[in-house]
Amino acid sequence: MRRPAASLIALALLAGAASAGDIAPGERRSGSAFMAPETQAMQADDTSNPGMLWVLQGAGLWGEKAGRSGRSCAGCHGEAVASMRGTAARYPALDAASGKPIDLTGRISQCRTERQGAPALARESDALLAITTFVAHQSRGLPVAPPEEPRLDPYRETGRQLFTTRMGQLDLSCANCHDDNWNQRLAGSAVTQAHPTGYPLYRLEWQSIGSLQRRMRNCMIGVRAEPFASGSEEFIALELYLMQRAAGMAIETPGVRP
Amino acid sequence: MSTALALAWSTLALVAGVSGHARAQEGLGQESATNRQVVPYVVTDDAITEPLAVQRGDPALGEALIGERHRSLCILCHALPSGVERLQGTLAPSLAGIGSRLSEGQIRLRIVDMKRLNPESIMPTYHALPASARIAPGWQGKPVLGAAEIEHLVAYLVTLKE
Ligand code: HEC
Ligand code: HEC
Repeated sequence: MRRPAASLIALALLAGAASAGDIAPGERRSGSAFMAPETQAMQADDTSNPGMLWVLQGAGLWGEKAGRSGRSCAGCHGEAVASMRGTAARYPALDAASGKPIDLTGRISQCRTERQGAPALARESDALLAITTFVAHQSRGLPVAPPEEPRLDPYRETGRQLFTTRMGQLDLSCANCHDDNWNQRLAGSAVTQAHPTGYPLYRLEWQSIGSLQRRMRNCMIGVRAEPFASGSEEFIALELYLMQRAAGMAIETPGVRP
Repeated sequence: MSTALALAWSTLALVAGVSGHARAQEGLGQESATNRQVVPYVVTDDAITEPLAVQRGDPALGEALIGERHRSLCILCHALPSGVERLQGTLAPSLAGIGSRLSEGQIRLRIVDMKRLNPESIMPTYHALPASARIAPGWQGKPVLGAAEIEHLVAYLVTLKE
């Protein structure tokens, strides 16, 4: 790679100074902090949080034998309460075999097809969302702890660049809203800081559980951009960056959002 | 309560959706969303003094269009004097009284291309061939609004005197 010219660096510095930039650590707030008290109460109480239905479904699937191996997730990993505690807090992680980052859903899919020998589940399928929600729920209350893995750094940087690049017919970047205007409202909606700490989560508007990628896809469609493909490196890079940005914040899965 | 909140983002999210187009065609007729051309214009100081379209805009159609947030998007960011407070955007200054603060030509330039005045602005450029990254196929080569639509908005906004 060529070194950027001095004028370019100067430009970049100028641009940095002109925008509001990163959120100060003391100002970071979960999306749930922006919600109406009723919605907060719905998330906080497991008997009213609709996401708990997927946690339950996921718990069932965790113990179910599948595929040529005839083994269940529990057959290899035992009790999820112990073996999956903290897992979601450190994903996306480096996949040693490919040398690339893999998100939690990707890892679960990999276990299913390669280790259980079962047919792949679609990314947004109810079953895969349920297992992911169940596994992520085992980290509820734990701080986001991105791995200190230098081989992930270039992907985090790609994620940061995607986050700050204007896109779509409306020519807006994620950062335009989520770094610079998180205390504002887009029509009646709180813009929020886009922390990924509650996913998969139940959205009242979807009347279902949904993934972080589904949320990001909606934001891209909102600015009239062509969304990245499901499971793509771009989405995983964005997630890596968002998790780094949310380091230390508590996992809330399953979150509830309006 | 929650439906009101949920509605807000879904409108922007559904901008690309079929329902938005259908409504746009029923609504203002004259110009279909798929047949928008960019017309040339002259900027004098911080204004475009000449109308973009041959016909003058109609303030009533402008008011209707500003209310169609799938299509004009204005009220996602701006408040309007007539709007329901809790559904109004706060990303931009209120448009109440804009007709006394700015001239017709100044309003026109701000809708056509706010970034000409402030390159960092988050306000979309409404009347130019879009040049951003990853534009969805359905929106490529099309301005956000056509000349006649912008004239309707201008005709309405000049009537907003405080
Ligand atoms: C025009 C403003 C805007 C832009 C641009 C935008 N978003 Fe959002 N985003 C929102 C709003 C508004 C919400 C909250 C919607 C709600 O919950 O009602 C949101 C929600 C989110 C959330 C969910 C946060 C939570 O607590 O559940 C994530 C994650 C997110 N956005 C990521 C992104 C990414 C990544 C991009 C760029 C690809 C992006 N956004 C671009 C306005 C925007
Ligand atoms: C995504 C946000 C956004 C949208 C959508 C948007 N604007 Fe704006 N607009 C802004 C911002 C922010 C400003 C403040 C000026 C700046 O950015 O430098 C502004 C400024 C203006 C001004 C000048 C206001 C003043 O007091 O000087 C006018 C007029 C205006 N907008 C009209 C419109 C109209 C009409 C529409 C819809 C066709 C629209 N805007 C859509 C964000 C937006």
